[in-house]
Amino acid sequence: MRKMTFGKGKQLSRRKFIVGSAAVAGGGLALGLNVPFAQAQNGAAANEVNIWVAIKPDDTCVIRIARSEMGQGTLTGLAQLVAEELECDWSKVTTEGVTPGRNLASKRAWGEMGTGGSRGIRTSQDYVRRGGAAARIMLLQAAADQWKVPVAELTVSKGIVSHAASKRKTSYGKLAALASKVTPPDPKAIKLKDPKDWTIAGKPLKRLDTADKLNGSKIFAIDLKLPDMLCAAIKDCPVFGGKVTSFDESKIAGMPGVKKVVKVKDTGVAVVADTWWRAKKALDALPIVWDEAGNGNVSSASIAEQLKEGLTSAATNGERKEGGDALKAIDEAAKKVEAVYSTPFLAHACMEMMNATVKLSADKAECWVASQNLEASLAALSEASGVPLAKCEIHRHDPGGGFGRRGGTQDYVHQAVAVAKEFPGVPVKLIWSREEDQAHDFYRPISQCKLSAGLDADGKLTALHVRVSGQSINATLNPKGIEGGKDMRQLQGYYAEPGDAQLGYTVPNLLIEYAMRNTHVPVGPWRGVNTNQNAVYMECFMDEVAKAAGKDPLAFRRALMEKYPKHLAVLNATAEKGDWGKPLPAGVHRGIAQFMGYGSYSAAVAEVSVSDKGKLKVHRLVLGLNCGHAVNPSQIEAQVQGSVAYGLSATLYGEMKVEKGRMTNLNFDSYEIMRLAEFPKVETVIVPTHDFWGGVGEPTICVAAPAVLNAVFAATGKPMRSLPLKNVKLV
Amino acid sequence: MAKLNINGKVRDVRVEDDTPLLWVIREHVGLTGTKYGCGVAQCGACSVHINGEVMRSCSIPVGSVKASDKIVTIEGLSANASHPVQKAWATVDVPQCGYCQSGQIMAAAALLKKNPRPTDKDIDEAMTNICRCGTYQRIREAVHVAAGGATTGSKS
Repeated sequence: MRKMTFGKGKQLSRRKFIVGSAAVAGGGLALGLNVPFAQAQNGAAANEVNIWVAIKPDDTCVIRIARSEMGQGTLTGLAQLVAEELECDWSKVTTEGVTPGRNLASKRAWGEMGTGGSRGIRTSQDYVRRGGAAARIMLLQAAADQWKVPVAELTVSKGIVSHAASKRKTSYGKLAALASKVTPPDPKAIKLKDPKDWTIAGKPLKRLDTADKLNGSKIFAIDLKLPDMLCAAIKDCPVFGGKVTSFDESKIAGMPGVKKVVKVKDTGVAVVADTWWRAKKALDALPIVWDEAGNGNVSSASIAEQLKEGLTSAATNGERKEGGDALKAIDEAAKKVEAVYSTPFLAHACMEMMNATVKLSADKAECWVASQNLEASLAALSEASGVPLAKCEIHRHDPGGGFGRRGGTQDYVHQAVAVAKEFPGVPVKLIWSREEDQAHDFYRPISQCKLSAGLDADGKLTALHVRVSGQSINATLNPKGIEGGKDMRQLQGYYAEPGDAQLGYTVPNLLIEYAMRNTHVPVGPWRGVNTNQNAVYMECFMDEVAKAAGKDPLAFRRALMEKYPKHLAVLNATAEKGDWGKPLPAGVHRGIAQFMGYGSYSAAVAEVSVSDKGKLKVHRLVLGLNCGHAVNPSQIEAQVQGSVAYGLSATLYGEMKVEKGRMTNLNFDSYEIMRLAEFPKVETVIVPTHDFWGGVGEPTICVAAPAVLNAVFAATGKPMRSLPLKNVKLV
Repeated sequence: MAKLNINGKVRDVRVEDDTPLLWVIREHVGLTGTKYGCGVAQCGACSVHINGEVMRSCSIPVGSVKASDKIVTIEGLSANASHPVQKAWATVDVPQCGYCQSGQIMAAAALLKKNPRPTDKDIDEAMTNICRCGTYQRIREAVHVAAGGATTGSKS
């Protein structure tokens, strides 16, 4: 098993400084560190009203953003929420990323920076709105002080403050310096706007971060250029858990540009050169002997056997049980339905592969990196370099895709530090090849699921047994999340508790179990995490059971959902927009699904056709989402479309196969991704109920796949139980 | 040693002949808008124009490029992002993470040059670049907008 945590640091004890994966609630640094950071303490600009808002003399309104922006639109949404309360001119808003060093030095004044689990907006909305409102209050007070009038006589619109009686006007830009000296209000005492009065938030505004993505000028971490910079290519032992035995440097002696070969953390070898291409070419030519640590015989077939055993094993690692004895009830039922489903390992395949640039000087460590958890990046830099936190800094770059890969692990930062140690004072940019990126991911866990249902004589569901057997994310990334051998995380979406990932069905006799079966392959959160597999299992099986009961899939679900009005409302809205029950062109079939994750309710209706030759075409997908408050409907629509591309790529093609202990699908020729031509017409139905804050980036991905699979079931009469579909003969 | 005409400027680069054009553009010429996505001509993040044709620069050895070949990268597509495709991309708010968008824009620009009014089927055939964020629906719409069509209204 590869090392996932930071155990070797001398400066920090792990007890004080914990880094978790991005999808673990609260993943980030342990609170309570107070690190002196001169720049932050002395760096407050005169026009900084508070930590969230600085307004320049020309009225440009700079809104600070702590969370990471990797395409999901959080940056724009957070700025909208601040601007809404600030009452500034949206056309004058720009943003500035907070660095983790600055956040830490300010006792985490900007809150948690980790951006995963669809938490970017929902868990920061309250304090960012209060930050914007506090700045407004201070700016108005500054005007009142200047004009010597009661603040209650002032009005503000789009950053212009007016005093009607004296017909005076001024702008935020002119007030900012004064406002920064006003005593800040107690944030808790601030009354926030009723969302129904929003004029900036809740609107489908354009993103703020588009311009430099259109002309090539955006500098991703992989694009970084620094004076005297060297580049490194790396190969970690292709067999997980293995080590470097030896390598023959003489074979690449004299190759152009090559500076050094570096053994990295016992498990990898990096070649450093003046350009990355030269480093990669030399690395490819370098003979390396690996110690496979006994894992060289593991294959997808052996892992499948291991998981299969967990479907019927006596012991389990977590369960939800309700009503009577579900197994007995199924046994005694008028009709029984049983099925076994399976889903494979998946790679994230972010378009920008893993990379990090590190420069280590005598008393300073710097890292330029794309991260979903900037504080974890900072922690990794300090731990790996041995340089105290206060002398480490992360230069943040927006990730070219994250999807859960760039969270707490920061393995590439550790590697880049190890390489940079060989070149003091020189920046070294480490870039993984696509092949390395595919070979060393923290993959979506593999799992199988056996489901059994009992129906009474009227076709009513009386009992349901769900047994998930598969790998645990906690076992790889967060062993403390497993208590007494129980790991409920893998049952995401099947929970009884409301508010996060609650199962939306009432079943008189219910037994849901998890059997942990870990392999040597490292796993981690992958957009939607366990809701993806669990929704496929539950929702596809629902259709199998509905068919056995002789009932319409929608009607069958509705009958189980009386106690779950929010789940039901989204299902109903989606069914209506998706024309459920209405006639279809010949050969086109529908499927439906609903599920909950990340505090939001989702449903989908898919329309597909399957040709005589078994070729699948997904024509249309209608996706419904209740995320409570819809901060930017246009970006929600973009996220829903994105979740379809990510989810259906997995459904149709996604599969990381293990042979001889290593991954075999190392580039897009064998790890195929859905392209534009296959992308269905996606219609987004946002049905916010305005009484909670749910996530957006992940919730809909889990319903896309089962809706399509159920439509294929309707088209072919064959339940689709094994993903990806490329391996399944449809007719 | 190679002589390259990139964005209208002739440059001499000291580099091995088998170096992919992508890496010459990124590391020797210093234009980083053209992206590395796969290295095997699968994803299109590295798309550039060579004599008006869209090409995947990760799989073209620089030694096979002639001094007379006119290479255009995303940086040279227009001044001030004024190409109709870039303007349409802004109108439709296409990019998410943005990493693949240089390649997408170069592919769309090449398509429209040959086929000013592409149908959905033409777009299907020409726009084969991978986007992991899943901006495909907006890419389709933006290509139509760049071709002079109105937005489809799928976006609020």
